[in-house]
Amino acid sequence: MSLFDWFANRKKESPISQDRQEREIADGLWTKCSECGVLTYTKDLRANQMVCPECDHHYRVFSDERISQLVDADTWQPLNEQLAPKDPLRFRDRKAYSDRLRDMQHKTNLKDGVQTGIGQIHGEGIALGVMDFRFMGGSMGSVVGEKITRLIEHATAAQLPVVIVCASGGARMQEGMLSLMQMAKISAALERHRDSRLLYMPILSHPTTGGVTASFAMLGDIILAEPDATIGFAGRRVVEQTLREKLPDDFQTAEYLLKHGFIDKIVPRTQLKDTVVQLIRLHQIPTQSPSLNHVSLESAANGQSVQIKPVI
Amino acid sequence: MATTERRAILLDFEKPLAELESRILQIRALAEDNDVDVSAQIQQLESRAQQLRQEIFTSLTPAQRIQVARHPRRPSTLDYIQAISDEWIELHGDRRSGKDDLALVGGIARFHGHSVVMLGHQKGRDTKDNVARNFGMASPGGYRKAMRLMEHANRFKMPIFTFIDTPGAWAGLEAEEMGQGEAIAHNLREMFRLDSPIICTVIGEGGSGGALGIGVGDRLIMFEHSVYTVASPEACAAILWKDASRASQAAEALKITAWDLKNLGILDYLLPEPTGGAHANPIQAAEGLESALLENLEMLLAMSPEQRKQERYRKFRQIGVFSEVA
Ligand SMILES: [Zn+2]
Repeated sequence: MSLFDWFANRKKESPISQDRQEREIADGLWTKCSECGVLTYTKDLRANQMVCPECDHHYRVFSDERISQLVDADTWQPLNEQLAPKDPLRFRDRKAYSDRLRDMQHKTNLKDGVQTGIGQIHGEGIALGVMDFRFMGGSMGSVVGEKITRLIEHATAAQLPVVIVCASGGARMQEGMLSLMQMAKISAALERHRDSRLLYMPILSHPTTGGVTASFAMLGDIILAEPDATIGFAGRRVVEQTLREKLPDDFQTAEYLLKHGFIDKIVPRTQLKDTVVQLIRLHQIPTQSPSLNHVSLESAANGQSVQIKPVI
Repeated sequence: MATTERRAILLDFEKPLAELESRILQIRALAEDNDVDVSAQIQQLESRAQQLRQEIFTSLTPAQRIQVARHPRRPSTLDYIQAISDEWIELHGDRRSGKDDLALVGGIARFHGHSVVMLGHQKGRDTKDNVARNFGMASPGGYRKAMRLMEHANRFKMPIFTFIDTPGAWAGLEAEEMGQGEAIAHNLREMFRLDSPIICTVIGEGGSGGALGIGVGDRLIMFEHSVYTVASPEACAAILWKDASRASQAAEALKITAWDLKNLGILDYLLPEPTGGAHANPIQAAEGLESALLENLEMLLAMSPEQRKQERYRKFRQIGVFSEVA
């Protein structure tokens, strides 16, 4: 559907000028889909959780929006917001890491690449981490590692399930070996959470690669992914260099991982909240009073006689 | 024949040393032919060579250290295992993937009376062997074999020694299909669960997640000229500098030496090497490794499994640098 068709349907009496159309795209009133090219009224796109109503393309969403999509209104309590990165290696490539951090913080209004907290999802308590790809490609340095570790530790103590929305290019090279070791640190916290028989579900969004894939993204009791998300360990180009033939078209997509048995389910974003809560509830031990049938079986097991009336 | 082979694996910074050594040989030959006593001269030159070797190897740049760590003659996992243990039986396979990964070897050894599961990345000793061993780059099956052997150690209350020497985990199509990420991730988590004492030693190259996949333990030991990196300096230069030729600059910036890791609170034990590197005197290097392992093993065996696991958790828990101001 073109912009004009859409407007023709909605406001037949006043078709807008070319000028105004372009102005409104620039103002962000309209968003053009990178996959199918169709323009959607941005408000409608947001209402559809940034999924193109025309072709189901999942736009990238960032941490604030993701949290509001998943968590019940007014239940979000952020944790460890005060944690901020340092520059322990005094790293400088084409730009100093400390400058890069300052620019990123300014641009995103975040201190680093993950938001963590507790909240409710259709009334169920969860510990939620959401990685933010805008912040240096969602790369994992000390702050990302520490915040996720603390989140998991908090969840273990509070007996909460953990959900982490992954979006990351992998380790943050500017923090060197400190960043590699965050993989082990988070895995350690997950081991304790798991040992307490608590549920952990990562949600793999586009893209989830490198060190995140080789640690908490792949350690879920149940692993969900968004359609068409890129998920893999090694970069596509690196893998290509090891081969003579071409890689399959769907290589390292969510669909490819599902086919190879490494994720449990691909869930469209519009159904994500419902699916997560359904899975959480399926893992809860029923607390309602046992049924009549249940009682009679128990007394039978206790050796008491159970009278069964013959059916006439 | 032997000299050409030697020259072929000479590192560029060793050249002044090699020149001096060949001069010593020349003088010796000349003296023998002409029946002259040059022993005083030779002695002087030899002590200069010794001094030069010392100077070169105590002031290696990170990029040069990588060259030593990747030296084709550097002792490998199997070399060290055979040198430090009284008995050794190699075991094979992960029981899942349908093939045995030769890039990651393991088995059971007798070490100072203890039965110990030893495993590690294995590079080849020559080109043909290197191809079979995939240059020490393990596939998911290798990491799963490692886990199978570590589970075995746990069941039979054996300590675990791992030896790290890999450019990185294998990045092939099949490795992705078999779940390279999952295989490494699984090891990271499960190694925190094991009751067995675990000592990890970087003997050469510690390449990123492929190294960490057998690198979670109670102690991390590093040989003096080994390196441990979050990403290969070549890859890092290509990504951050958009210029692969900046690898030596990246090697410097990434902080990859044993001293760097000590400063960052990651390394527990820095193991000195013979002058000229472990390849210059493999037997001496193996003796150093053996006593370091024994010393650490005895400390760990004095603790209860619960204590060890608490400490292991704490050791990794404290890694990271950040600020925390309200
Ligand atoms: Zn579209």
